[in-house]
Amino acid sequence: MVEITIRKRPRTEAVVTQRKFFKKTARGKVIKVLRERYLRDDVGCGISGCNACPVTDVVLPAAGDQTHRLFPNGHFILPDTNVFLSQMDLVESNLFLPPIILLQTVIEEVRHRSLPLYNRLNALIKAEDKRIWVFYNEYRSETAIVREEGETPNDRNDRGIRKATAWYNDHIRVTRPPIRGQAPPKLPTVVLVTEDADNRQKAEKAGISSISVRKYVEGMKESAQLLDLLAAEGPNQIEPTPVTSGRQALYPDYLSTSTCLAGVKAGELHQGHFSANVYNYLEGSVSVPAFTAPVLLIGRDNMNRAVHGDVVVVEVFDEKEWRAPADEVVDAESALKNDDVEYSGDEGDEEEEDPVLRREKQVLISEDVKRTAGKQPTGRIVGIIKRNWRAYVCHIDSTSLTSSNPTSLSQQTVFATPVSRLLPRIRLRTRQAPALIGQKILVTIDRWDVTSRYPEGHFVRSLGKVESKEAEQESLLLEFDVPYRPFGKAILDCLPPEGEQWVVPPKSDTSLEWRDREDLRDLIVCSIDPPNCQDIDDALHARYLPNGNIEAGVHIADVSHFVHPDNPMDSEAASRGTTVYLVDKRIDMLPSLLGTNLCSLRPYVERLAFSTIWEMTADAEIVNVRFTKSVIASKAAFTYEEAQLRKDDQNMQDELTLGIRLLNTLAQKLRAGRMAAGALNLASPEVKIHMDSSESAEPLDVEQKQLRETNSLVEEFMLLANISVAKKIQETFPQTSVLRRHLPPPRTNFEKLQDILMKRKGMALDVSSSGALAASLDRCTDPNEPAFNTLVRIMATRCMLSAEYFCSGSVSRDTFGHYGLASPIYTHFTSPIRRYADVLAHRQLAAAIGYSPLHASLHSKSHVERILDIVNRRHRMAQMAGRASVEFYVGLALKSRNEREKGRVQEEAFVIRTFRNGLGVFVSKLGIEGIVMFKREIQFDADNYVITVPASPTSDAGEVKIGVFDKVTVNIEVEKDKNTQRGRVKMTLVHPVDSTSM
Amino acid sequence: MGSRVEILNDGGFRSDGRRQFELRDMTIDLSQQGQADGCAVVTHGLTQVLVSVFGPREAKMRSQTMHDRANISVEVNVAAFSTGERRKRTRGDKRILELAATIKSTFEPVVQTNLYPRSQIDVYVQVLQQDGGLLQACINATTLALVNAGIPLLDFVCAVSGGVHSTSPLLDLTLLEENDIPNVTVAMMPKTGKVTLVTMETRLHVDRFEEIFRLAGDAGKVIHGEMKNAVRSRTSALVAAMGSGPRVGGVDVAADKDGDDRMNEY
Ligand SMILES: [Zn+2]
Repeated sequence: MVEITIRKRPRTEAVVTQRKFFKKTARGKVIKVLRERYLRDDVGCGISGCNACPVTDVVLPAAGDQTHRLFPNGHFILPDTNVFLSQMDLVESNLFLPPIILLQTVIEEVRHRSLPLYNRLNALIKAEDKRIWVFYNEYRSETAIVREEGETPNDRNDRGIRKATAWYNDHIRVTRPPIRGQAPPKLPTVVLVTEDADNRQKAEKAGISSISVRKYVEGMKESAQLLDLLAAEGPNQIEPTPVTSGRQALYPDYLSTSTCLAGVKAGELHQGHFSANVYNYLEGSVSVPAFTAPVLLIGRDNMNRAVHGDVVVVEVFDEKEWRAPADEVVDAESALKNDDVEYSGDEGDEEEEDPVLRREKQVLISEDVKRTAGKQPTGRIVGIIKRNWRAYVCHIDSTSLTSSNPTSLSQQTVFATPVSRLLPRIRLRTRQAPALIGQKILVTIDRWDVTSRYPEGHFVRSLGKVESKEAEQESLLLEFDVPYRPFGKAILDCLPPEGEQWVVPPKSDTSLEWRDREDLRDLIVCSIDPPNCQDIDDALHARYLPNGNIEAGVHIADVSHFVHPDNPMDSEAASRGTTVYLVDKRIDMLPSLLGTNLCSLRPYVERLAFSTIWEMTADAEIVNVRFTKSVIASKAAFTYEEAQLRKDDQNMQDELTLGIRLLNTLAQKLRAGRMAAGALNLASPEVKIHMDSSESAEPLDVEQKQLRETNSLVEEFMLLANISVAKKIQETFPQTSVLRRHLPPPRTNFEKLQDILMKRKGMALDVSSSGALAASLDRCTDPNEPAFNTLVRIMATRCMLSAEYFCSGSVSRDTFGHYGLASPIYTHFTSPIRRYADVLAHRQLAAAIGYSPLHASLHSKSHVERILDIVNRRHRMAQMAGRASVEFYVGLALKSRNEREKGRVQEEAFVIRTFRNGLGVFVSKLGIEGIVMFKREIQFDADNYVITVPASPTSDAGEVKIGVFDKVTVNIEVEKDKNTQRGRVKMTLVHPVDSTSM
Repeated sequence: MGSRVEILNDGGFRSDGRRQFELRDMTIDLSQQGQADGCAVVTHGLTQVLVSVFGPREAKMRSQTMHDRANISVEVNVAAFSTGERRKRTRGDKRILELAATIKSTFEPVVQTNLYPRSQIDVYVQVLQQDGGLLQACINATTLALVNAGIPLLDFVCAVSGGVHSTSPLLDLTLLEENDIPNVTVAMMPKTGKVTLVTMETRLHVDRFEEIFRLAGDAGKVIHGEMKNAVRSRTSALVAAMGSGPRVGGVDVAADKDGDDRMNEY
């Protein structure tokens, strides 16, 4: 039984324990808020062996850390808020391990200032190698303070931090009194670490030991490596001398956050995420609710230091200044090639002479004239609501080095070019510059001042040599924020102790495994998957029933039997959200013992499953459906190809084959039914990489994935299972069921594609409903060009929104629908090994059929929402990481083919975009997109998506028109930027014209 | 985005510094207020309620007169300054009527109304300040005011609120907590452990409910202890004030008998 007590709050201390303040609500009403606070003496200091504090799992060593030069008697550090806000990389380094006292005041301030940093800080608190003690100073009677009159919240917090530091030092002294006859004990110091000189001064006055971050790090054993991690902030700016005097602002200042928010509320300003333009570094856009088309930001001034992903506030210009987006490819790499790192952003009054600005102005002016059709609102960024800066994978630009002497350890300022083309290059200062050339490195942006053309950042760590498999792999995972650390002990401890030897126990009434489980071991069940599939999470069966109907079943690995809510394994899976598939690596959501063994529905062994079983008529109409936990023993694991061959071979008449045929017949009918309901047959470029062995870094070749009838068989039944489960859990848990939906795309998304199709092919796209779209997509065919239809489908897919998980109680019932599948309700149930949403759906289904009670967290709407937010994000990132990994290998394949074929890799491609100085093409065989750039002036008809180029660069052989959807032949090369080592695909036209010299 | 305040942080503290099962500071003032036969001012944290009881007295209205027992009427008034929003809640306000009805139905089976046929007992509830747990404060104050007025009860009625944050149960919720998590108010009678009232404004799963129900029952006993002490010291103060005589209102107040037993004498 727990102890229930009443906390007394002495009225005499009301000043500290009671707070009254006035708050303005969103509707502008002023309300009085009363809060009380209970102060206590049992808030622990966390120092081991302390006899005055309650016993808890302390983390701070009694003697502190004795390795720091300045504190021979041992010390603890107590950093203020700014240390975490600006030096998180330092604190995160595995070389930075002093015992840390983290105040509640500090955590709360970090949380208010930056949620990503707060999350990182939380991860650190839990990290095993860090020694961080959270001290709840606001609840301890001696350290709690109240804001005094005239004091800013900032000053109040600083005072609280100083008070806590003083208390700690007193506390250590009081709890370790000198013992008579012995030398007085050596008392460790609690040191306040702060960048704020004023705060340090105040601390000194009060007799509190304090130190700056830089000074502190300098005294550490590992100072050499750690100093590089220091952020460029405060007094350590990259150019320390001409701070304000000679430097002119290159960018307008931001408005204050409150002005911004007020403006947004009044409708004068607009808030949204900033998206950089991958084709043109001088243009970005912000989608805001008030306009259907995104607001264009043209030129550096208007983009005003926003970085891709930031939440910004824009001011929209007068309608007469609205323009069409750029139709020119502007590449930062070539345009800014010679920008000098030392002087960039230090133009002074010679601005007119600055070559970069001059070039950029030319580009903008030349574009000006031509922008006519398809006007979009334009505007400028006036403020930043939230920076979404993180660590970026970069290459050092070798030309920016002043000294490339490999042994040079002099401090240099260099450019780091991010791998992603959406990001600006970053200036950073390092002593290791020469050693970092040719490496992939991680760089964080620290600040971007009005006087600096580029953002300033610092080096975090090296990932390894460019193009080495490890470095590329890790950088990809980092770039897409995929958690990839090996599973820790606490997580592995959640696995069954039998490990690989685990088997389904013999059937008995007492066995836990067999409780309420159906014995389906005799069913003729098989699985159909891609070749070499190790995590088999689904298996199927079908058979005739005595009444002439058909019984079909989908059996899904019973992952929730092994993964229990709220244990470390479950939390880890929830935060990973999904398994990530790269070409050469799989980053599992669950430990592989489960994924590839205990939960994998391998053939010939008994496995626990969660079965969905339908009774259907021969026309695939569902008579009824039931769900049950079961034990199955799969009779075979087929590849799609094997299953297909078996199905087609009329000599095979065994039960397994008959089952597959039966499933196939039903699947065809189910599919026909779905299509009739208006489901979309979408397409995305999918290619397969052939590798000759897992060790080899170079893939042999690339080919497009082939889709067989049996792929569609499995797909249909998985969709059906998902839909049936969705209905069931939604009925049972209307407030918190885990569902998936696909919102219908706004019509405006299709406008451009419709225009192109009409003008170039005379075809119409009806987007009034998913059914109409499906039908009109079917009509978009070119008898001479079978691939044309696929191309249009790919382009249409890009106009759509992406599907997402949601909590059923959080959105209105009429938005549950899945547009692409034309299903009114949908969820994910069929891949619990590799998707966390499925694990949740399993738990809810198990509760819905009364198998087990539902865990409390799945009754909480806010909890489900929170998890699904993470899972949605992870899902998006995983898709992008997978695609990027394919791209990398396609690049490698192209490179080796280029070497074999002596630079003459030629492929057919479709034009998908026209630019004023180039063409965007799509090579369907390789699934890659590229740009053909023309150096020469060409004729461009933006309204009709056509360019006109001379048939031959030398003679007057006439002209050739090339437009969107035309088929061309391109020569593909992989080129590496000499300076940054960043690889890129370069395409030139071979047919209908040779563009090498154009 | 969630609220800026953490309901229960990793250190096990709630936003006001309490732990999960710690109840807020509770004060009870049973001194005489105006003409009432019995009064009680109860605070739980920053929630403060004054209850005045008049009666039993002769029923004034014919229509409400009952021949076999007393009629209990409950009227709730919410002071305009009691909440953040300075909204005037009139007596006709639906939520206030509901609150009054809940209090009435809670006490009807507990007050021994059959001892006072044809009479009425008027309970006036004045909400002075609100910071969560309003119903619990109203019920506890009503119990005390009735006891103070010398009206016989079968037992004390002790109420407490509880809620669940994610999977952790919390007791005695502040307004901030009430707004954020599913919660219930449970009123129990300590002598028998019987529950007389459960209200739930938000959905709560049955498994969770069981746990919070049990905890609220235990918490009710703790609150009962506070109430008992308050009644005892009020009684002894009265005795001292009278200067002599062990009898108060015809009831024996022996030193070893507490307020609880006192009622059994009826
Ligand atoms: Zn201590």
